[in-house]
Amino acid sequence: MRRGIAATALVATLALAATACGGDDKDAAGGTQAGGELSGTVTWWDTSNDAEKASFQKIAEAFTAKHPKVTVKYVNVPYGDAQNKVKNAFSSGSDAPDVIRADVGWVADFASLGYLDEVPAETAKKVDAEFLSQAAASGKYEGKTYAVPQVIDTLGLFYNKKMLADAGVQPPTTLEELKTAAAAIKDKTGKAGLYLRGDDSYWFLPLIYGEGGDLVDAKNKTVTVDNPAGVKAFKTARDLVTSGAAITNATDGWNNMQTAFKTGQAAMMINGPWAVADSYAGDQFKDKANLGIAAVPAGSVKAGAPQGGHDLAVYAGSKNTAAAHAFVEYMTSQEVQVQSAKDLSLLPTRTAAYDQPDVKGSEMVQFFKPAVDKAVERAWIPENGSLFEPLKVEYTKAITGASSPEDAAKSAGVEFRKILKGWK
Amino acid sequence: MAAHTSQSVAKAAGDDVENDVAARGRSRRTDSDSGNRGGSRGGKGASGLRRAVGTHWYAWAMVAPVVLVLGVIIGWPLVRGVYLSLTDANERNVSRTIGVRHIEATYEFVGLDNYVDVLSDPVFLQRLVWTVVWTVACVSITFTLGLALANMLNREFRGRAAYRMALILPWAVPGFVSVFAWRFLFNRDNGILNKILDGGGIAAIPWLDDPTWAKFSVVAVNVWLGVPFMMVALLGGLQSIPGELYEAAEMDGASAWQRFRHITLPGLRAVSMTVILLSTIWTFNMFPVIFLLTRGGPGDSTEILVTQAFREAFITSPRDFAVSATWGVLILLLLMIFALVYRRSLRKQGEVW
Repeated sequence: MRRGIAATALVATLALAATACGGDDKDAAGGTQAGGELSGTVTWWDTSNDAEKASFQKIAEAFTAKHPKVTVKYVNVPYGDAQNKVKNAFSSGSDAPDVIRADVGWVADFASLGYLDEVPAETAKKVDAEFLSQAAASGKYEGKTYAVPQVIDTLGLFYNKKMLADAGVQPPTTLEELKTAAAAIKDKTGKAGLYLRGDDSYWFLPLIYGEGGDLVDAKNKTVTVDNPAGVKAFKTARDLVTSGAAITNATDGWNNMQTAFKTGQAAMMINGPWAVADSYAGDQFKDKANLGIAAVPAGSVKAGAPQGGHDLAVYAGSKNTAAAHAFVEYMTSQEVQVQSAKDLSLLPTRTAAYDQPDVKGSEMVQFFKPAVDKAVERAWIPENGSLFEPLKVEYTKAITGASSPEDAAKSAGVEFRKILKGWK
Repeated sequence: MAAHTSQSVAKAAGDDVENDVAARGRSRRTDSDSGNRGGSRGGKGASGLRRAVGTHWYAWAMVAPVVLVLGVIIGWPLVRGVYLSLTDANERNVSRTIGVRHIEATYEFVGLDNYVDVLSDPVFLQRLVWTVVWTVACVSITFTLGLALANMLNREFRGRAAYRMALILPWAVPGFVSVFAWRFLFNRDNGILNKILDGGGIAAIPWLDDPTWAKFSVVAVNVWLGVPFMMVALLGGLQSIPGELYEAAEMDGASAWQRFRHITLPGLRAVSMTVILLSTIWTFNMFPVIFLLTRGGPGDSTEILVTQAFREAFITSPRDFAVSATWGVLILLLLMIFALVYRRSLRKQGEVW
């Protein structure tokens, strides 16, 4: 066991050391509210991607203009490692950030472990009154508000208008149409129709919703991933790849997907608003008008995409909670949300922001807003985030043909029940 | 980061075993030597010990800090790990400090429940089988290649130093850097390997996307990383074989193969047995290659025992420390059994260790 524990401890220490490069918050102490004026340092761990981070850093550091005595330490933590790094930092307490940008699926988990500081009553009231209700729901755990929604998102079908026009097809609305369109695209241009991300199970959700299924039914404490709709979804995923409609990878999916779409190797992909800024950087979309977005294609039952997004939360052990909460309020203010909608095509969580000209003028936002309204809300349970790991294993197995759709669904169900003890 | 850690820990573990084994071997030899001389039958009692301490107090004092440090950094975590594996400790019930708030641990002793759970889950057997296949494949290929290269480099030829440098290079590059570099090479759509194949008219190979190719790929990378060590160790061994033996054999008309078979291999025996043992232990626990190259995927097809232990402790939520510790203890037990059997079999063959 010495290996396990020593490695464990060392991995944890190194993870901390790595992140601590950016966040030397020895001087984060203080936070004295002398005469109501905030002071001290607020360390913010942001998980936005490479195309987005510069914009967020600028916005975050501008907080100093409002509160000159507060220094903002901006640290970008890649989204993929963030949940682990945050947990390591929060559980050890040293070098932990004051504010984190948490995926909506993490909030209940962190809150249930006692890591998050409750949002002040006044702010919580505002969240209930002024934010989109489905966004507000993601920041709650057992009736208390632990996080303020920063952005909301869902998945859509991104398509290369020119490639579709060259192949003489319309953006598909169902998976059947998608297969026909992909065949035409391959025929005319020699490129792939769709890039389906195969190494991340979040991209599996539209397929299971499309068959009328879901991962779990939290109300009845039932695992539903292995029911007939789930099996059908695994079949659909496998079929998209074997039929040649979609290309996929079992590793480096994000980079491969973006590269394939940006360079015209694939005409379509399923992705979220966070990919818009990065896609515009590609050759194919020098003319921004070439990027089209439609709703995710429907399965045999309906079209459904998961509701996602990011919330901002304050660490319960922060030495400077007053400044941290003020920072969260600033980062989720209407002004900031409008700015990121304009710069990065990200969707605001404040209802009123949608009346602003900059938001109204953003084609992407205008597309995604109705999509978000219809998006499928996930079960906000602490185990939410951990369901994706075993699901990923089975999804990848099914999509690469390493196991049959039936077995994949069955094993996913077994793993889910191990995580959700006592569920049916 | 993880790369380093685990490798160095693995090395430490390996060194331990080696030292341990070497120390025992030596003492055994001393015994038999003295037996041969037929003297010093006494001197084994308490007075002998006192005399030994009296004579060697300086050595004892020098060794003490090391023993203490090893006890703290290896002994204590080991005891703690074994204890954790007998509890139901997870992220929700261990003690933690959040700012000024301290939460007390509430986990309980559950006996061998975790072991029963892990061993009765078919996953354990699957991981064990692949771990053994992976270890055997890596060690045998690495050893064969290392031996071949060492033999080639043991001759006098121009630019020998340059070749040696080039072949040791993979060892000098930090493990995680090499693994990431390989990951780029293996990329199916944009990787260099497939671009080259494409140039030769061969269809792209799904290096990391197909379970069988992924297994092939992780073994290839690990061999690439492991060959330099084998080569250097065996080269050292080769140079300690007296040249006269070869000369004599040549005079007797032995062919190159016969010389290799009857002089080189027996001459390398001691060193090769040691490096095979070390290499087996390292490979068995080679976390970075698997984790960084495939994350155990596609699916879970390249997951070995240690990466599974990591998965239990860090990827699922709440993190299950008890089950992870159980996996760790099982891994340690497996390696201890292996080392014992290996040593036994060597002793039977009359190897002086």
